[in-house]
Amino acid sequence: MQIQMWELIAANRRKSWILFFCMGAALLFLGYVIGESFAKTGGLIGIAIAFVVWSILSLVSYFSGDSLILFMSKAKEVSHEVHPQLFNVVEEMKIAASLPVMPKVYIMPDAAPNAFAVGKSVDKSAIVVTAGLLSRLNRDELQGVVAHEMSHILNRDVRFLTFAGILLGSIVLLSEIFLRSLWYSGSSRRYRSRTSSSGGQAQAIMMIVSIVFAILAPILARLLYLAISRKREYLADASAARLTRYPEGLASALEVISSNTLPLEAANKVTAPMFIVNPLLKKKKKVSALTSTHPPTSERIKILRSMYGAGFLDYQSSFASVKPKASSIIPKSALRSKETLSKRASSIDDSKPKSLKEGVRNVGDLIRAVNGYAFLVCACGLKIKLPSNYKKPQVSCPKCNRNIAVPLVQVAAVVTAAEAAMKKKDKDGVFGVSVNSYTRKGKGWESFSCACGATHSISPVFSAGVMTCTKCGSKTQIKG
Amino acid sequence: MIFLWIILAIVVVAAVNFVGIYNSLVQLRNRVKNAWSQIDVQLKRRHDLIPNLIETAKGYMQHERETLEGITQARSQAMSADGVGAKSKAEGQLSGAMGKFFLVVENYPDLKANQNFLSLQEELTSTENKIAFSRQGYNDQVLFFNNKIQMFPSNVVAGMFTFKPEEFFEIEDKEKEVPKVKF
Repeated sequence: MQIQMWELIAANRRKSWILFFCMGAALLFLGYVIGESFAKTGGLIGIAIAFVVWSILSLVSYFSGDSLILFMSKAKEVSHEVHPQLFNVVEEMKIAASLPVMPKVYIMPDAAPNAFAVGKSVDKSAIVVTAGLLSRLNRDELQGVVAHEMSHILNRDVRFLTFAGILLGSIVLLSEIFLRSLWYSGSSRRYRSRTSSSGGQAQAIMMIVSIVFAILAPILARLLYLAISRKREYLADASAARLTRYPEGLASALEVISSNTLPLEAANKVTAPMFIVNPLLKKKKKVSALTSTHPPTSERIKILRSMYGAGFLDYQSSFASVKPKASSIIPKSALRSKETLSKRASSIDDSKPKSLKEGVRNVGDLIRAVNGYAFLVCACGLKIKLPSNYKKPQVSCPKCNRNIAVPLVQVAAVVTAAEAAMKKKDKDGVFGVSVNSYTRKGKGWESFSCACGATHSISPVFSAGVMTCTKCGSKTQIKG
Repeated sequence: MIFLWIILAIVVVAAVNFVGIYNSLVQLRNRVKNAWSQIDVQLKRRHDLIPNLIETAKGYMQHERETLEGITQARSQAMSADGVGAKSKAEGQLSGAMGKFFLVVENYPDLKANQNFLSLQEELTSTENKIAFSRQGYNDQVLFFNNKIQMFPSNVVAGMFTFKPEEFFEIEDKEKEVPKVKF
């Protein structure tokens, strides 16, 4: 990718610093007025406390902001086996964006469709999608969403949003604690008793100022933050269209996401700006353009759909036709190379669920898969879900009472535990067990025969070192 | 004396530039090679996946022997092809054969319900996309490199050390287009 949008990246960095200092100043001032309202010379102590809070939060948000946000969203990291398509699509976009390392892939166990990305650098990033999104989108749409998130990583938006989100959160937190402490402790009464002296009167004025500021600061900080975050969404859309060469994929994905009526439980005011479509928009129908973190989705869809090609130039001209009053959205450096990119054809894919019921079932299965459940299909057609701690070698079907053998991968996990315990003892020379061995040829499904003649198969996810034969009980070491 | 100094300065500047240009050319050529190896990984992966696919599909598609044989043939041709030009042609043919196969599959609902087949299809689709995306990256690098060795002053250095223009990895338009199904 020749166009790295350096201008955009530099601008992001500049804005990150400006925002960092503005918000920091707001935080310090908040500390000052709060301190001053409690005691006459408390302002300095207030500033000191606010400064300590600020530096701690900055450090925390720099070093573990992304993991905090991942933790809050209850997302779980997944491997290729849990959802091959998602993993493949992320890898495809990694290649298209020529990213040096593959971002981590997370699934959020939530039925509402949405997605976001986090990470403090291009090398250490993660893409998070909800289970609801995966069950509702087809391949092209999913690719569009992943490309949008990948663009946020590529344009260094994620670091900015992680950082700013936590700073904003700390201002909100501080003012809320202050306002609530006033409400509950009845501290205002304590101060009113001393209003006889003129100093007390000054303090009462300070009190009012601090209350007003505590209410205003979070709003101001948020406005500052929102103004910058909206433009990024358009830019990420433009980059996504360019990466996939298929604007329609993202457009129809946005349509699906915005038509959703389920609430996203793990989203809150702080994390909302990170999502591809604002997860909180449903509650307040009419949000003014000033306080919205995201441009109206219908507008984004319209721009994507009226693109002629898939390049930045196409997005710019389409943007100008949909929003004639707005200024240019794509940085000039990206437009300078007059590349012409044509759209690609859609891929043949009908992986969308046919009914609402199927969609709901898919979400459930996906959440279970994320949590390490194993799936068995009975001959009667029923899909049996086994939790990862199921230990028996077989399970009886609840519908037709057939006994089904639990695949060895499941049993193997139990065996490994026993094996590990045995190995521990073996160090002391208690067991002198000789084990057969089998070397794996690749990473796919493979089968081998035990010394007694029974055939066993190993799945691609098999990671235990040893497999115990269910027939004769002898052990085979799996190498490779 | 000053005249001598000026000449010396010019020579030094020219030498530094010369080394710089040479190094950047080597760097660009390595980038092209690296981009090519990215494509190669995906091509190999596709070659590895195809026998599995045919093995799975054989039982269901007895009447489509021709299609399956076409893929096998295209695959072996692609595997024996040497050089970027020959390879891009053979791989393009393989892509075309695969496209035909996945269209025919639509007529076999039993095969489409097979879990093994579905995961193979997903892997192949993804590999196909990865080939396309790494092809974009490769061609970008080749364009950049070729421009550099044709433009002054780097063309002088390129001529002295015989840097040759690299070939683009292109798939003919005929094969690139996915045939549209009409009912």
